[in-house]
Amino acid sequence: MTLYRTTTATAVAALMAAAPAFAQTEIQLWHAMGGALGEKVEEIASGFNEMQDDYTVVPTYKGDYTENMTAAIAAFRAGEQPHIVQVFEVGTATMMAAEGAVRPVQAVMDNADIEWDSEVYVPAVKSYYTTPDGDMLSLPFNSSTPVMWYNRDLLDEAGVTEVPQTWDEMFAAAEALQANGHDCAFSFGWQSWVMIENYLAWHDQPIGTMENGFAGLETELVFDESDDLTELLQRIADSQENGTFQYGGRRGDSLPLFTSGECAMWMNSSAYYAGISEQAEFEFGQAMLPINTEAAEEPQNSIIGGATLWVLEGHVDEEYQGVAEFFNYLSSPEVQADWHQASGYVPITTAAYELSQEQGFYESNPGTDTAIKQLSLNEPTPNSKGLRFGNYVQVRDIINEELEDLWAGNQTAAEALAEAAARGNMLLRDFEDAND
Amino acid sequence: MRPKRVTFRHRWLPYALIAPQIVITIVFFLWPASQAIYQSVLRQDAFGLRTEFVGMANFGRLFSDPLYLESFWTTIAFSALVASLSMGIALILAVMADRVIRTATAYRTLLIWPYAVAPAVAGVLWWFLFNPTIGIAAYAMDALGYDWNHYVKGSDAMALIVIASAWRQVSYNFLFFLAGLQAIPRSLTEAAAIDSAGPLRRFWTIQLPLLSPTVFFLIVVNVVYAFFETFGVVHATTSGGPGQATNILVYKVWRDAFEGLNLGSSAAQSVILMVIVIALTAIQFRYIERRVEY
Repeated sequence: MTLYRTTTATAVAALMAAAPAFAQTEIQLWHAMGGALGEKVEEIASGFNEMQDDYTVVPTYKGDYTENMTAAIAAFRAGEQPHIVQVFEVGTATMMAAEGAVRPVQAVMDNADIEWDSEVYVPAVKSYYTTPDGDMLSLPFNSSTPVMWYNRDLLDEAGVTEVPQTWDEMFAAAEALQANGHDCAFSFGWQSWVMIENYLAWHDQPIGTMENGFAGLETELVFDESDDLTELLQRIADSQENGTFQYGGRRGDSLPLFTSGECAMWMNSSAYYAGISEQAEFEFGQAMLPINTEAAEEPQNSIIGGATLWVLEGHVDEEYQGVAEFFNYLSSPEVQADWHQASGYVPITTAAYELSQEQGFYESNPGTDTAIKQLSLNEPTPNSKGLRFGNYVQVRDIINEELEDLWAGNQTAAEALAEAAARGNMLLRDFEDAND
Repeated sequence: MRPKRVTFRHRWLPYALIAPQIVITIVFFLWPASQAIYQSVLRQDAFGLRTEFVGMANFGRLFSDPLYLESFWTTIAFSALVASLSMGIALILAVMADRVIRTATAYRTLLIWPYAVAPAVAGVLWWFLFNPTIGIAAYAMDALGYDWNHYVKGSDAMALIVIASAWRQVSYNFLFFLAGLQAIPRSLTEAAAIDSAGPLRRFWTIQLPLLSPTVFFLIVVNVVYAFFETFGVVHATTSGGPGQATNILVYKVWRDAFEGLNLGSSAAQSVILMVIVIALTAIQFRYIERRVEY
């Protein structure tokens, strides 16, 4: 009997303790941030959960970007979708085309009972994810941009005092390095993003027609029409003969070429800051991407990579209020500045950038503002606000394949770009057919 | 030989006994396979919001795509290399292990070990060994005067995935070869030895012919393995590159479905692979199983 009473008492107590939790609405967030970044996401969510009592944001790690997006889509098909899903930038067109599956962030924020201004976001970040009418589709979360990482020690030894700012200076630095007995001057990763998409935006040239796909599904890839890009890629391919350029694989696979000191310069995402500081046993720095003086006198602005948060349809209105409040918290200068400084991603609001300046972050970590400077160099043009092509994950694979055949000497730069554009355009037509 | 006949007292008992197997086959084979066939005639957007019946268009596009046909040849070359390399090494090891008398179990355990390693883990392992910048194998080859770079050279990339895939399969083949060798009566090899046949002669004229059923069986198993189970290795090492050099069929199925979200084309490719595996199984039953005496 005593036992029975104790059990009942415990059960009642447990129920009472759990009661507030039942009243809270759960907001599911599926993300692709592993390791230290994942812990940071957990930290942001618990910060929000502690701040108010109505909602609980539950972050779940679902694997890399591709896996996370595929998981969310599969969940949607099964009617089990999360409220918020993190999608990488090249998935934008796919998400956008999914009318009825996606609720634009603009609508979520406008319908919610909160104060929110879309003008606080950095234009080069925001423009990637807005409709031509200026409506925000998804919330920028982690954005980076390619920068040029350099090995100060190697450049000093070769007598290169100024970090190259143009491609001619890059090749001149290569000669100086080689005169000093060092073969590899530079390499890069994510070649489609760095050497094609960002090269063209940096020189204010189109990647595709119709504002790089922003203005419609009938867009076509035209990156093969840039003569200066073709010439530059050919020059880079030819420079492999004396070892100036060394290809180190897709994505970030070429990182060891830089951190081991084999190549003096490396062009890739600013978000490698943490990785490079950990591995490099030399003095390194980051500088802006070099400019091709044949194509432009001054750089335009670079474009972003990374991911944003998308809101999925199929939940009750009250839960979208919670999503909106969480997004507002996420965009606050304190949270953003902390995320930016810990991760190496760029601050997504101007206020977070200014806060980081006030806190003296850039003075104690020189060069960490290169990315945000590149992004906000000029007001983005239709060529430099980003790109929105369907099936773009596959198109990037095609560009990888064709460029690899260029590096291997199986074809010329003109052939590689023409073939990549032709194969890519077939996928764009498929996407148009499937979404028309 | 008189056929065996078993009679059950209850009519439903035999059905009840095979029911679990039937259920498993339906859930894990028939249902997904029928879904693949159904998807292969559709064109659908990623979220499944718009579906259109396109008939054989997905198949038509595959067979008019020179890159898909190239992927067939890549896969055939890859399978042949994996099967011959893993079986060749396994056979040599089995013949040697068959002669070992002391600590035979220890050798055998060590040789079987790699089979327990997951393909993706094996892939990453070999990726580290052969990384052109930090890999010890690449370093050793550089010392010998060969500039290994599987990021640029297609042949190097193919060699890498063949080695990584075959390595694991050596253990499996080794087990079968060893069992096959131990089933050969000692009297035959001893008689040959008395007739002054050397170890090599005994192997070619006695052991290998008697092993032939095992060899045929393993060819089919290894080809099926190379065709269908090597996705993890490719994904972890080369991602199908450089260019198209290691883009094997099963990797393309995965990539088109999970990266490209093109379910129609991916389903059509699965159906084609299904036809291939059915053909391979039929060959195995028709020509190979018959030769084996139980």
